[in-house]
Amino acid sequence: MKIQEADAKQLLRAEGLPVPPWSVARSVKEAVTAAEGYLADGSGAVVIKAQVLVGGRGKAGGVKLARSRDEAETAANAILGMSIKGITVRKVLVGPAADIVKEFYLGAILDRASRRIVVMASAEGGVEIEEVAKRDPSAIHREAAHPLLGLADWQARKLAFGIGLAGPHLKSFVLIAKGLVSTMLHNDADLVEINPLAIVRERDADGNTVERVVALDAKIVLDDSGLPRHPGLEALRDLDEEDPADIEARIHDLSFIRLDGTIGCMVNGAGLAMTTMDLVKRAGGEPANFLDIGGGARADKVAAAMRLILADAKVQAILVNIFGGITRGDEVARGLIEARAIQDREVPMVVRIVGTNAEEAGALLRDARFETAATLDEAAEKAVAAARAVGGAA
Amino acid sequence: MSILVGRETRLVVHGITGREGEFHAQQMQDYGTNIVAGVTPGKGGQRALHGTVPVFDTVAQAIHATGANTSVLYVPAAAAPDSILEAVTEGVKTVFCITEGIPALDMLRVVEVVREYGARLVGPNCPGATSPGRAKVGIIPGSIHREGSVGVVSRSGTLTYEAVQAMTDAGIGQSTCIGIGGDPIIGTNHTDVLKLFAEDPETDAIVLIGEIGGSAEEDAAAWAAEHMADVPKVAFIAGRTAPEGKRMGHAGAIISGGSGTAAAKVTALENAGFLVAETPTEIPALLRRAGVS
Repeated sequence: MKIQEADAKQLLRAEGLPVPPWSVARSVKEAVTAAEGYLADGSGAVVIKAQVLVGGRGKAGGVKLARSRDEAETAANAILGMSIKGITVRKVLVGPAADIVKEFYLGAILDRASRRIVVMASAEGGVEIEEVAKRDPSAIHREAAHPLLGLADWQARKLAFGIGLAGPHLKSFVLIAKGLVSTMLHNDADLVEINPLAIVRERDADGNTVERVVALDAKIVLDDSGLPRHPGLEALRDLDEEDPADIEARIHDLSFIRLDGTIGCMVNGAGLAMTTMDLVKRAGGEPANFLDIGGGARADKVAAAMRLILADAKVQAILVNIFGGITRGDEVARGLIEARAIQDREVPMVVRIVGTNAEEAGALLRDARFETAATLDEAAEKAVAAARAVGGAA
Repeated sequence: MSILVGRETRLVVHGITGREGEFHAQQMQDYGTNIVAGVTPGKGGQRALHGTVPVFDTVAQAIHATGANTSVLYVPAAAAPDSILEAVTEGVKTVFCITEGIPALDMLRVVEVVREYGARLVGPNCPGATSPGRAKVGIIPGSIHREGSVGVVSRSGTLTYEAVQAMTDAGIGQSTCIGIGGDPIIGTNHTDVLKLFAEDPETDAIVLIGEIGGSAEEDAAAWAAEHMADVPKVAFIAGRTAPEGKRMGHAGAIISGGSGTAAAKVTALENAGFLVAETPTEIPALLRRAGVS
């Protein structure tokens, strides 16, 4: 689960990491009030940033600087309500604009190949790290944290020296790098990223100019499997950005992803669901979704899955592919019959059920006059043909 | 021979008194697996599977009384890491974790301890392994198998059943079929299994089933190219049409930053001497073409 920058910053701050102040505003008025506060406190400018869970906000015009109340109003007006990659901006983060001396990249990810948390640092901050990795892999320094001991001080120091961050900032960098790993561990995160981590110029209480290292942005992706033991984090889920279908799928514990095609797919198992999509494509069709009903699905779950598929107006045919193991074929067949009895639009359906209780399933489906198929290849071809017939008639 | 599970397997079932555990334990016993014990803390002294299997409170008691050497877990995600640690610390050398939904960072620590004890963990979130005619551990339906000499390794559950059923229907039997699990952090990867198959005198050919995401298939391909050059090898990769940036069910199955694509995996496998099937049903024909009789 992705969380918003403001929430990610809160989690970093909870680990003691240095993050400059910010406010979240859901209206132009709130944004202006926040901006006025920072400007009155002596900030020469404020930054206003769209809070959306997709990358590329800056390029899309979702990040603006404002030097006055009026500029803040104009900027907030422009950003709130704008669309970034199809997501409507409903809130902005407002904070004092930083006087940046130098930017870095710092991130911690779960690396499955090495089965370690890997901390990465680069002197090329503020830009997309994937781009840096492609252009010059040597510009990214890596250290693997020990699974039981975490990131050691010497490893953090090595990263700091690698990116040329020595001298007075070494100590703070070590704390930040270690804090990144502890943020990950304490929240069951898959990824914690600060881009940019920056040396900024600030005025201290006596009015002297000082430099310090701070997190100017934050990105955190949480492990869905860890959420049950962090009830507080579940509250950070941004329902504003979630498709109603995704919410519905989550309630029924279905793994569902909407795609652009016309053939709805219902399958048990992720690998088999992907394979079913591939075969639909191979037969000349386009899958409308990825849908894994999971192991041991009962009739009611099957009915919920069917509702999800049918809610997509583009769907012109449905392919059901079940290889019963823990899942019982007759349960699925009952769910399909139940779902068809109450569905509000007629869509051709091809059903293939093999494995556990396939015979009982076959009898139920025959009695209910469902179109069936013996093999996956055949089912895909039939579903594509059925969608064509519907599409052609329309 | 076969690998990981066989006639020498003396299985202890963690969570044998639960609904899932009891159901699958019965299936495994019916298949002929030697289930010697069950473990459910607080239910020691009971007997499971119609009185045929003693239940213990601890793994230590189970090993002491029955000589159990293999564990299979049907316990909730919150309890599974602890069960794995108990099994390997008490001396079990092969552990299958069927449980799904375990936080990845838990597995990071668990995998490290498993390695320390020199044990092998398969999974989590895996369907287990079957050596046809000998034993099955996990949840793979016994009916899809046929005894033979093709080793099957896969990240998926039902997709594996599909492939194995196609092989069985075509008269091609299997030495051992292993589902390694779809989570990001797993105990045993494709390459680990290939190494075991390479040492197994009864495995004459390989079927590798993969998915988009990560680089485990590419790594396995590189290993096979070097160490299994003369072994007939067939592969299938799911997710050729999956869009980038969308997680396809399995926590590991995602194409990100242009890596983990099906195309890259297919190319790596073909370059390593694998015949790559476009559908699971093509697998038997490709095995024949590769020289499997």
